[in-house]
Amino acid sequence: MLSSQIKSNEIVFGSCNKDLLEEIIFYGIGLGADFVEIFIENTDNSSVLAEEDFITSVSPSFGRGAGIRIFKGKKDGFVSTNDLTKHGLMSSVSQAIEMLDITDNKREVFNGLNRHRDYSLSKKKWINEVPSIHEISEKLLVSTKSLKKNNKIITRKGSYSRNLQEVIIASSDGTYVSDIRLHQTVGLNVIASDAQYRSSGSRRFGSSGMPNEFGLWDHEKAANDVFESSMNMLYADYVDAGQMPVVLANKFGGVIFHEACGHLLETTQIERGTTPFENKLNEKIAHESVTAIDEGISEGSFGSLSVDDEGMEPEKSVLIKDGILKKFISDRAGELRTGHKRTGSGRRQNYSFAAASRMRNTYIAKGEHSKEDLINSISEGLYCKSMGGGSVGATGQFNFAVEEGYLIKNGKLTSPVKGATLIGEAKEVMPKISMCGNDLELAPGFCGSISGSVNVTVGQPHIKVDSITVGGR
Amino acid sequence: MNSREITTQISKAADFLNLKKWDYGASFSNDYSVQVDKGEAKQLKASQKQILTIRVWNQSNLVGITTTSDISESGIKKALKQANIASDFGNKNESTEFSPLAKDPIKVKEVKKRNPVGIKKLLTVLREAEVKLLESHESIKSVPYNGLSESFFERVYANSEGAFRSYSKSQAALYLYARAEEKNKKPRSSGSVKLGYGADDIDIESCIKEASNKTISHLNYSSIKTDKYLICFSPESFLTIINAFSSMFNARSIIDGVSLSNKNSIGEKLSTEALNIYDDGLHEKNISSTPFDGEGTPTKRLCLINRGRIENFIHSESTARIFKTTPTGHAGLGSKVSVSPDWIVVEKSEENFDLKTSLDHSTYEGEFVYIEELNAIHAGVRASQGSFSLPFDGWRYKNGNKISIESATVAGDIKYLLNNIVNIESSQEVTTSGISPHIWVDELSITGDA
Repeated sequence: MLSSQIKSNEIVFGSCNKDLLEEIIFYGIGLGADFVEIFIENTDNSSVLAEEDFITSVSPSFGRGAGIRIFKGKKDGFVSTNDLTKHGLMSSVSQAIEMLDITDNKREVFNGLNRHRDYSLSKKKWINEVPSIHEISEKLLVSTKSLKKNNKIITRKGSYSRNLQEVIIASSDGTYVSDIRLHQTVGLNVIASDAQYRSSGSRRFGSSGMPNEFGLWDHEKAANDVFESSMNMLYADYVDAGQMPVVLANKFGGVIFHEACGHLLETTQIERGTTPFENKLNEKIAHESVTAIDEGISEGSFGSLSVDDEGMEPEKSVLIKDGILKKFISDRAGELRTGHKRTGSGRRQNYSFAAASRMRNTYIAKGEHSKEDLINSISEGLYCKSMGGGSVGATGQFNFAVEEGYLIKNGKLTSPVKGATLIGEAKEVMPKISMCGNDLELAPGFCGSISGSVNVTVGQPHIKVDSITVGGR
Repeated sequence: MNSREITTQISKAADFLNLKKWDYGASFSNDYSVQVDKGEAKQLKASQKQILTIRVWNQSNLVGITTTSDISESGIKKALKQANIASDFGNKNESTEFSPLAKDPIKVKEVKKRNPVGIKKLLTVLREAEVKLLESHESIKSVPYNGLSESFFERVYANSEGAFRSYSKSQAALYLYARAEEKNKKPRSSGSVKLGYGADDIDIESCIKEASNKTISHLNYSSIKTDKYLICFSPESFLTIINAFSSMFNARSIIDGVSLSNKNSIGEKLSTEALNIYDDGLHEKNISSTPFDGEGTPTKRLCLINRGRIENFIHSESTARIFKTTPTGHAGLGSKVSVSPDWIVVEKSEENFDLKTSLDHSTYEGEFVYIEELNAIHAGVRASQGSFSLPFDGWRYKNGNKISIESATVAGDIKYLLNNIVNIESSQEVTTSGISPHIWVDELSITGDA
């Protein structure tokens, strides 16, 4: 290739950068690094906000940068920069080498980069296929207008964001990869108010690698859903606190598994010694009705990838099979430090973060029961139709807000309740998931952790937890 | 390019594109951080970052914006072009202008800018701190979350009418989060964060001591019965609550309908008359202070609650114009300008009013719950509804003895909480997010496992 014969002094997207990348990696290996990884990105993002019946914000952004990671033994040094010139990248390598205080004379062998794996070939046209700001604005305004269903709705918002990320990944094991990632998300929010009563409702939708998905979004259905949710909760009483059985709805109900258990199956948690599951491989950690999966391959799902941020194609990882722990989610550092094989889960928000083991599309597999079976099996409990956010503490305790909840009495859904919080610990709650429904569905979300905020999918069918602490008033 | 060169470059490019009115905010930073794991370096990190946000006004005076990390000549041109395109979708209902205070003199407190100590020294200091923390008690088995960092940054604001502000500073942070384990007990965890202008300014010994003492104090724990309790909020936890519900004082939130307050809430009674709350970004103890906001408005001390009543709202340029007042120095820089508090200072007013002054967390021998730290704020706070349900770390005090609470949440309503303050202790404590005394509140719901 002609371009490979020309010594470039700067990374140029859309061109062959092999010679320059090899030169930089050779430089790092020559200075004593065991391993050199270069991650370069070019982004083109846009977001639009509609409030009431007006577009109130349009925010485009673009940028580029590189993250260079050097390993020596199990230590690593990471340097990020906006300078994509040869000088800038070499300076970053030098800085990482200096940080690691490499003094030995042992030199690894770098045989050059492998054949370029270009996952971006069919994706270059995406930028021309995504909706224009004009199209997005029109549809958002139609959506916020359709939320105007009565005078109790006092705030209506619709938001859209698009992230287009072009990446080049090269490392001293020969990896040389290019890809383009497209993520689009759209959400609706309302606040309802009547005298002293207030409620809110929100829904978010998202996809990856599907430029036309926004055009297919059923805004009318979404608006009805959000409106109904806020109206149902407007006059709801606060829930009484206590221990009780709960049924968690499908889709975003899976956020609890993601936060409370999924994170504990990432090798970063083993490295820190903060997971109770570290030595439980092939042991029972959950009820036998529970099979849990993390994968990056479902077409269009928000957490799907063609290749992870370390250049590995994602695999489908069965984390828990019939209650038995089968696998951890691992990245390069995780494999090096814990021995668990990489799963194509090395992910980062952008070039300024080193990749870490992170979830992708994570869900509990479907069971055999109907939603009604689960509710009918409870004499007094709580149905959590819509979950808010949550978090997990350093010792594994989790806390999740229930956005839309209903009391269950004698196997039937009764009055709506607000203010409920689910509290527990994964290792105690997982064995109590006794029934799984047959209605698995996924929902998009953003997960914040050690390597920044990444797009993920959470999911599950309806599930029943035999007993959990419900916080209330 | 330095900040003056960027201004010149933007000015030239704007002229070329026939854009008469523009402003920009930029930040440039160099950050260094280390983490350790049982004496070994785990991850060493350095980054050089630059972010430029440009706003332009088109001929219809509508605003467009673009953010970029590409501060090259071509990057600046591209950003201006994109901002110009975005201005076609500018908000016709609420205009944005330059802050009328963007050229006012700023109060710059003594700038304490340090030189970098370097990664090697950061690593040595953190290694020693980890060892000391591990040796401080036999039950402390690891320090899973730790880090020492130093940052050096410059912030700039400039506009086409000649306003130009630049400010550079340094900041360092140390966090140590220990994990303790004892046989047949659940692991317990706690930690400490300390800030300084540079790594050499950080009180490392007190960070180690605080992390150790806090962690050890949670080793003996028990569950708590679900009920209503008399609660003492630590300064840190009370500031967490106030910051979480700061939309009550936020003009942007009021206009957007997501605040519990409204335009007529000035003068409204929110709490005991003994409570004063200020926002004071320039407070001498605020290491993170900056002398101007995203629109170039000078930062200043502002009274939010005076003797229990709302005294002021925080504003950007556009919200101030709508409320017929002046900007307060709390704006970001965006297509839709955000407004947020800087550094909250909670004080007891000069009179005790109806406070029960016998309630003092260090001497009171009756039964109460001490909330040391509130968690999961993003999940458990409904600012637009006024409700919260938050897990916390804390202790139950009874007959002069204290025991850590195993796992519990506190729930309530912010207006109820503020109205049920029964004491504000006299002495204030400085935290990373502001200053506050201990605050006592009666009859708040706690959900426990017992």
